[in-house]
Amino acid sequence: MSTNGWKVRPQIIRKALSQSHVAPNLDAAARAAFAWPAMRRELLGDGPEDWNIGRLAADRHAAGPRASRAALRWLPREGEARDITFRELRLASNRFANALAGLGLRKGDGLFVLAGRIPELYFGVLGGLKAGLTVTPLFSAFGPEPIRTRVELGRGRVLLTTESLFRRKIAPILPRLPSLRHVVVVAEGGSGGVLPGTRDFAQLMEAASDEFDGAPTASEDRSLLHFTSGTTGTPKGAIHVHGAALTHYATGKFALDLHDDDVFWCTADPGWVTGTSYGIIAPLLHGVTSIIDEADFDAERWYRILEEQAVSVWYTAPTAIRMLMKSGAELARQRRHPRLRFVASVGEPLNPEAVWWGQEVLGLPIHDNWWQTETGGIMIANTAAMDIKPGSMGLPLPGTEALIVRRDADGRVLPVETPDTEGELALRAGWPGMFRGYLDQDERYRKCFAGDLYLSGDLARRDGDGYFWFVGRADDVIKSAGHLIGPFEVESALMEHPAVAEAGVIGKPDPVVGEVVKAFVSLKAGIAADAALRTALLAHARKRLGAAVAPKEIEIVAGLPRTRSGKIMRRLLKARELGLPEGDLSTLEGGA
Amino acid sequence: MNRTELREAVLATLLSIAPEVEPDQLAGARTLREQVDLDSMDWLNFLIALKERTGVDIPEADYRKLTTLDVLVDYLATRLGA
Repeated sequence: MSTNGWKVRPQIIRKALSQSHVAPNLDAAARAAFAWPAMRRELLGDGPEDWNIGRLAADRHAAGPRASRAALRWLPREGEARDITFRELRLASNRFANALAGLGLRKGDGLFVLAGRIPELYFGVLGGLKAGLTVTPLFSAFGPEPIRTRVELGRGRVLLTTESLFRRKIAPILPRLPSLRHVVVVAEGGSGGVLPGTRDFAQLMEAASDEFDGAPTASEDRSLLHFTSGTTGTPKGAIHVHGAALTHYATGKFALDLHDDDVFWCTADPGWVTGTSYGIIAPLLHGVTSIIDEADFDAERWYRILEEQAVSVWYTAPTAIRMLMKSGAELARQRRHPRLRFVASVGEPLNPEAVWWGQEVLGLPIHDNWWQTETGGIMIANTAAMDIKPGSMGLPLPGTEALIVRRDADGRVLPVETPDTEGELALRAGWPGMFRGYLDQDERYRKCFAGDLYLSGDLARRDGDGYFWFVGRADDVIKSAGHLIGPFEVESALMEHPAVAEAGVIGKPDPVVGEVVKAFVSLKAGIAADAALRTALLAHARKRLGAAVAPKEIEIVAGLPRTRSGKIMRRLLKARELGLPEGDLSTLEGGA
Repeated sequence: MNRTELREAVLATLLSIAPEVEPDQLAGARTLREQVDLDSMDWLNFLIALKERTGVDIPEADYRKLTTLDVLVDYLATRLGA
């Protein structure tokens, strides 16, 4: 045990094939033989070409041997589990697709889904995709302002939400959502009737046919619009296409090692790309049962789910793993999970201690992997058959070419061949799940590429064995609990408070969630900084932004450092916060 | 502390984490996290602050039971022998 703090461990976790009772999908032979056309035949068969993700996910296994298998096993916050079979999922998503068509919605229209992890969310996303709408699942912990910004940017035509979320977050901003034509509400028994101005989900479903014949969908037709945050400006809507199904399928097979009889649990919320690509699409494409837990993280509950649901493949996040570690090995050992055979993690780099914790407490090492909203699916991974170097994100998956690049003096982007050299992580463009643009922001999209290389904005290095290691972000984006938060969005909300003159927002390192959002604000002249004001600012930010985005700490300062061009120097704020050298201050306003 | 004081302590602690809350809008028997926008970190910070304010040691194994305002007050009262 590591109770006395430090323990020396090997640099590598060796895998022996005999350790696994299931042959890994990705062995050396599969790696060598990989080709996208063969993957595509495996997914689509020889029938007419239809790339519709909704149909591939919900219908592919709805007839035949898996029709009566649970596609989703939903665990409500309280009460009995509910199984939704592949056949039922096909019919329910058909109904919602028909309901959308009945509302006059057409291919390309924007559907936003704002709900907790309830079955209607899954019917909504899949039905929307079937009907050819561009679907955006939103995280239900967003406050009204992030919701409004995203619906406006995405020109949302229809919103699917729940009664309580509608009351708390939508009703107050509805007049400021001019693009919305319809709001469909899942009743929760609180109103005693349909809320004015909305449509009742159950009534629409009841009235709709459960047969739906959508037009064949081309691989380049838009499917999902996922928002992500940059350092400056508004959130970016990353456009994805239906052809991304091939990336979802291949990565489900090779990175998550999904096999026919698996019970798979992806703990991510569908409001984030992981929860859509792997919490909805990939397991359905493979015909395996997905566990959906409505409740938020709770260590005891999670161990119970692993045991009672006989989860075999588990995809979770570093923050959750660190919270499980904090809750102690004793709690873990009260439960057994003999079927669990593969554990993976994504969101931010998994520290070696956590990889080893998996080995020692769960009996299985944790396999870190790397990807982004823009990549649509897993790109670099520690896979089942591979030796793990704890702390590394692993090797590029087959079909993925990853490089470390640097800019030379002339601004050209060049690959770095020397091992263990830091640079920007880049990917050779052209894999099926790659994003096709940032909505209405072509310039920002173009900036992500140098020739045919996609530049990820993450700094990394590659070692002599080809393993990639995360170093840091190339920009000021904050990564909290695995989610990107744009400092600009937080600063803008703070600036709306009448007492605030300027605001600068940084990520402050935190042992559990990676970074927490910390805001520095300066006040307008004549306003006194006191505890009451700080509380008022926090309340203001939380009401506007929601708990997931709002700062956890607000510090009132006399003034914020700016560059000569007037930009707030977040890096300097961060250096001061961490007690680090402040670096070159020559561009600072007024000199240094 | 009596029950009224305990309830006030719980609410004051909640307000330190989520100052946007209007205490008279909270239903004592409904799950707190359905009524207040608290992420996992807020929830942990709330329970840690509650320990500090009341002096009641709350083991992590009990966290998941503490769902509503009423349950929290009952729990603290029992632990304090009030």
